Amino acid sequence: MTAAAPAIAAPRAAPAGTGRLRVALAWVAIVLAILLVWEGAKWLFGDPWRIHASLLGVPIDIEHDPPLHAYIATDLALPHVWTILGAFVEPAQRNGAPLGVILAGQALATFREALIGFTVGGLLGLLLGIGFVHSRLAERAFVPYVVASQTVPILAISPLIVVATKAGWVSVAIVSAYLTFFPVTIAALRGLRAADPRAFELMRSYAAGRLPVLWKLRLPTSVPYLFSALRVAAASAVIGAIIGELPSGIPDGLGSALLNYNQYYTQGPERLWATIVMCSILGLTFVGLIRLAENLLTRNRYRPAAAS
Amino acid sequence: MAAMDEQAASSGKPVVRVAGVSKTFGDDGARVTALEGIDLAIQSGEFVSLIGPSGCGKSTLLRLIGDLTSPTTGSIEVNGKPARQGRLDRDYGMVFQAPVLMDWRTIAKNIELPLEIMGWKPADRASRSAELLKLVELEGFEGRHPWQLSGGMQQRVAIARALAFGPKLLLMDEPFGALDEMTRERMNLELMRIWGRTQTTVVFVTHSIPEAVFLSTRVVVMSARPGRVAKVVDIDLPQPRTVETRETERYFELVTEVREALRQRGGDPTAEPVAAERIRAEGLA
Amino acid sequence: MTALAVRRRRAGGADFLPPLVVFVAVLVLWEVSFTILAVPVFLIPRPSVIWGSLQSEFPTLWKGVQYTASEALGGLAVGVVLGTLAGLAASRWATAQQTLVPLGTAMSAVPIIALAPIMINWFGFESQMPRVAIVGLMTFFPVMVNTVRGLTSVDPAALELMASYAASEGDVLRRLRVPSALPYWFVALRIAVTLAVIGAVVGEFFGGPRYAIGIYVTDSAGNFRFENAWAAIVMACVLGIVLYLAAVALERLAMPWQHRREAAGAE
Repeated sequence: MTAAAPAIAAPRAAPAGTGRLRVALAWVAIVLAILLVWEGAKWLFGDPWRIHASLLGVPIDIEHDPPLHAYIATDLALPHVWTILGAFVEPAQRNGAPLGVILAGQALATFREALIGFTVGGLLGLLLGIGFVHSRLAERAFVPYVVASQTVPILAISPLIVVATKAGWVSVAIVSAYLTFFPVTIAALRGLRAADPRAFELMRSYAAGRLPVLWKLRLPTSVPYLFSALRVAAASAVIGAIIGELPSGIPDGLGSALLNYNQYYTQGPERLWATIVMCSILGLTFVGLIRLAENLLTRNRYRPAAAS
Repeated sequence: MAAMDEQAASSGKPVVRVAGVSKTFGDDGARVTALEGIDLAIQSGEFVSLIGPSGCGKSTLLRLIGDLTSPTTGSIEVNGKPARQGRLDRDYGMVFQAPVLMDWRTIAKNIELPLEIMGWKPADRASRSAELLKLVELEGFEGRHPWQLSGGMQQRVAIARALAFGPKLLLMDEPFGALDEMTRERMNLELMRIWGRTQTTVVFVTHSIPEAVFLSTRVVVMSARPGRVAKVVDIDLPQPRTVETRETERYFELVTEVREALRQRGGDPTAEPVAAERIRAEGLA
Repeated sequence: MTALAVRRRRAGGADFLPPLVVFVAVLVLWEVSFTILAVPVFLIPRPSVIWGSLQSEFPTLWKGVQYTASEALGGLAVGVVLGTLAGLAASRWATAQQTLVPLGTAMSAVPIIALAPIMINWFGFESQMPRVAIVGLMTFFPVMVNTVRGLTSVDPAALELMASYAASEGDVLRRLRVPSALPYWFVALRIAVTLAVIGAVVGEFFGGPRYAIGIYVTDSAGNFRFENAWAAIVMACVLGIVLYLAAVALERLAMPWQHRREAAGAE
């Protein structure tokens, strides 16, 4: 809209108090809906159900023959939800540790690679942003390439990077860094310039040089923007690390777990699903950590809506 | 108050009647009474200004008349109908402090917005918007976009839009508040010219004593905490109001009278802006 | 307008000069230097060699690009359409917004590509459906989230204005929310376009015909025919850039005012 009025979100219903309960209920509803569709499809289209178990001492015997059939709903293609959850506690190999423990270890390995790449990419992005802000010429010359770099499917190049660097985890870190630096550069460009022009004039009136202006004005202003980009980058870094591991032959990470359980899919489809769940958990955890860091660092500060 | 009742009795049905209205915001923890015991009758063709310190509820009162919010007690009638019906029947046009124009529409299309909603035919809409652009002296700007116009010009577009469907009642919430003094004085003259041409009834909220006195036939002085009508000052300056009006002795007398009324009952309207809760309680006043 | 902007206007075409200079410089440097960062030259062949490979392998690459592009576009269509519809529906209820938007944002942290092997298991090795489904999923969430954000980030004063016109919900949607939402939607479209190409190519890592870009790259790399692999990558880049520019062109078409306004406001 024109002139002064800012864009404020205007949801069309309940006030904040009752809202919390509704939102919680809505989340529950969503989870239930997913479960319902999943298991419902299996009930209608899947393999015959045979559950002979006991829950809290009460024996449960369920036998059911689905009326229709579709491959997607079979136990091989779509394991039961409880089978997938159960896979976490079952050992993956004979007498081995529970799958959940193994996957957690692999997640940690992937996380380390992603973290290194993320940190490098983030710093690079920030430095590029600072450089571009201080040199219009550099900005005009290189920003088109920064933008174009993201249309390059880096993940498609990862096989080549892997062979090129020979040290497995470096290639993965490079992929993560590549995916991180773009959003951070763009956010840095916006954030470093986002301060009120009058604040810049104030600094000029103090005859402040470029460095103090950078340190005292530009950087603090850019923090919300940077964090917003870091959240996005965190997700990309994890995905990049996982996919980057695929051609690299690294035995430690979730990527190799994906390949492994894909290869032996027929012997235990739920394990591949469990791996995918673990990948999601890793991604969400990393983003959550960034949010936590953001909340801690910007606790009582002004958070402009424009930054997110 | 007595004079007002007399007036109401003699000139027939008021365009706006506010009876025993009060408005409270917030729940039990932090209740704020924005308005209390408001009684007001506005006759056809009047130009009534509402003036008072921040927190006196003048914007809230305006929005109550426009049925953008509901009173806690009391009733409001517009053209003899409940305020809500007045809104649904589109009996009034409203101008806000910010122009609230749509960036993706040209000036002409912005003016046509209410007409589109009311289902006017394209040819009718186009001729009406051309007519209004002429009225607010912005001919030639129909193809431009809002961001290409100055603040004063944008407000003129907003006024044209408010008049688009020819309402007999105009509600204006500090429309010139964001403008500088000189532009504001010029806009006041503009508004007087438009008002003379269209014969609308205007309810005008303002912070500025000179503006209120210059524009109005009556000034309603309000007090704060809680918002009440403190005094009603009849402005007997001759019509039409011109540049010279501002330099007459009667003008200065009236300005002083309004200022005194403000000082006695509710404080100085030129006081510091108040804290956030008060502004929220006023309903974005 | 500031002096800088005025100068830029006059310079006109000279705006693309700096990037062009960089491009040419990089190409030249690449061509003449034999060792780059201690990486064996056969891994990153000289531009002339890649160009030769592009020419000789063109029939296969062209077939591959079409195959991959169809997956990207198909998935894009599904994801964008469904995402927009979901966003429209979600914007009507506050509770839906407060759950679906965080859910949508969280889904961007989930490696949807990891579902590729399962999709191949479902739809078969020969089918393009796995990649279409993956791209559809990847693009659905950003589009939905941004559609909701756009439709709800409306100036409250404008909502009051519409209320004063006793405008119906449909009117408010058509005349206020949707035009307000367009900038957000196009941001999501740009994101979706880049995701689509990546999703299609990487999805092919897990399986597909020989000439599909993803398979071609891994095969060529595996056979140490790196110039072919790079040629295919160039094709993928071109595909990505073409789609991105198409999205930008569409944006200019739909919102002709936005570009001019940003130019006026960006001082």
